[in-house]
Amino acid sequence: MAGLEDLYREIILDHYRNPRNRGELEVPPAVQAVGFNPLCGDEVIIYVEVSDGVITDVSTGGQGCSISQSSASMMSTAVKGRRVAEVRRLVRAFKHMMSIHGTGIGGTGDDLDDDGDGGNGAAEVKLGDLEALRGVVKFPVRIKCATLSWNTLVQALDETFA
Amino acid sequence: MSDRLGTGARGDFPLLGREMRGRPIVYLDSAASSQKPRSVLDAMTNYYETINANVHRGAYEIAAEATEAMETARAEVARFVNAPSADEIVFTKNVTEAINLVARSWGGANLGPGDAVVITEMEHHANIVPWHIMADQLGFELRWIGVGADGQLDLGNLDRLLDGAKLLGVTAMSNVLGTLNPVRRLADAAHGAGALVLVDAAQYVPHLPTDVQALGADFLGFTGHKMCGPTGIGVLWAKAELLEAMPPFLGGGEMILDVRKDGFLPNRIPHKFEAGTPPIAEIVGLGAAVRYLDGLGMDRVREHEVSLTAYALRTLEERYGSDLAVHGPAEPACRGGVLSMSFRDIHPHDLSQVLDDRGVCVRAGHHCAKPLMRHLGVPATTRASLYVYNDTSDVDSLADALGAAGDFFAR
Ligand SMILES: Cc1ncc(COP(=O)(O)O)c(C=O)c1O
Repeated sequence: MAGLEDLYREIILDHYRNPRNRGELEVPPAVQAVGFNPLCGDEVIIYVEVSDGVITDVSTGGQGCSISQSSASMMSTAVKGRRVAEVRRLVRAFKHMMSIHGTGIGGTGDDLDDDGDGGNGAAEVKLGDLEALRGVVKFPVRIKCATLSWNTLVQALDETFA
Repeated sequence: MSDRLGTGARGDFPLLGREMRGRPIVYLDSAASSQKPRSVLDAMTNYYETINANVHRGAYEIAAEATEAMETARAEVARFVNAPSADEIVFTKNVTEAINLVARSWGGANLGPGDAVVITEMEHHANIVPWHIMADQLGFELRWIGVGADGQLDLGNLDRLLDGAKLLGVTAMSNVLGTLNPVRRLADAAHGAGALVLVDAAQYVPHLPTDVQALGADFLGFTGHKMCGPTGIGVLWAKAELLEAMPPFLGGGEMILDVRKDGFLPNRIPHKFEAGTPPIAEIVGLGAAVRYLDGLGMDRVREHEVSLTAYALRTLEERYGSDLAVHGPAEPACRGGVLSMSFRDIHPHDLSQVLDDRGVCVRAGHHCAKPLMRHLGVPATTRASLYVYNDTSDVDSLADALGAAGDFFAR
């Protein structure tokens, strides 16, 4: 049985208490997407501004538990200033880490890794601080909390290029 | 307090013998689903081992016994809620299906543009979404009775809301606030305005002596798994004349008397509403659950829960004061044993995670009552709920675990 320390790493609690890139961006030029976790009612709002294929600004809003809020905060720092193509690879790598399958724990989990690459190539992407969220996989009901902002970011990016 | 309740009942429930991380499990989520006593599990196993056969068809002995077991359970359930006749007990999959049955069958035949259905802001989604769906299809208006600051329904404009209404839907007890609603008073007002009354009794039948006639209901639904019974079985009780007049809900076997190429003749009630092979073992299990609760005595169950709720409210207040809010009525006699808490600024998901680490099972979330959550101004709550097998030691474990969670997130 995994302990609470596996879940609530110090860096996670830090991002929860002092969320980065919190707020709203003007729409347009930014695009806004809203994600819901139907299980617990958590809600995250992601704003992204893209220019010349680069995420020039990102902001997060909404409410949720420490895992969903810290994941959104960490996501925002990880994608700001990066190229969209690079960010999509990062999203894949993150979701791969967050899949029960991806970390080699048995059982059926979130089939987030549905792009069929089985995580190939994802391994080379550096996750950095995001690694702190790896422990979430040991608490399967919380995986959706961790991935909520990432799925919402993808929605916002898809909308940007729609 | 009866010694068959609380600690005395624990031994009846095999799952409660389980340990979580070296401590006895503390199960405080019976509002979501109760544990099952041995007698219910045995009744279901015994059904499968000795009389399993399809009902209402075979001429052979075990088929007759299976039918007899199912119809005996129906009679026991009818008696348990003081229904005038077992023919008024329709078995469904759960209370959600019971309410959908009313919305589709009665609603489909009786509602249209210019009509109104009145429900309350504290309904479970099961008594909201079916009305949204049918309102979209039929064009009637959905009206809402609001909730006041004290967790009670705001009945100030009841007459206006009921004016022109054809149905009032209300939960007998809120699954979030524990509020016991004045069903009789609402039913009298609704009948005075020419509306029928649908009661969602999912949180009521398991915890209080229930008399469908005294409540003044026309339709009343409840769900087996919250009252010591198995999952997969629920009940719609409705007045016979209403069931007679309503068109069938699902079509298929069991629910017909005759089928021709140009049509069909529906079966008599309640079978008219029970298409297909029923969940026979679950029905038998529900019968055993009702016997178990009768054995405890529903008056005593209620007494036990009132005193345990009083103890819980007192204990939490003493230990955490204004750091902890319990939503809903403050007076134990006016509420059920459902304690929806907000604790400091710890998110319910995080709180329940630390509680789980100590083997304390509670529910975090919106409890399928999002309109009520919006009214309370919280995204979610942490809900502990009490039942026949809980006692003061469970409340103490909850209080200790809350302290541990407070320490954990204050670090
Ligand atoms: C008041 C109320 N109504 C309806 C339901 C739905 O019950 P079920 O899922 O068994 O249909 C519940 C429980 O979840 C409830 O508490």
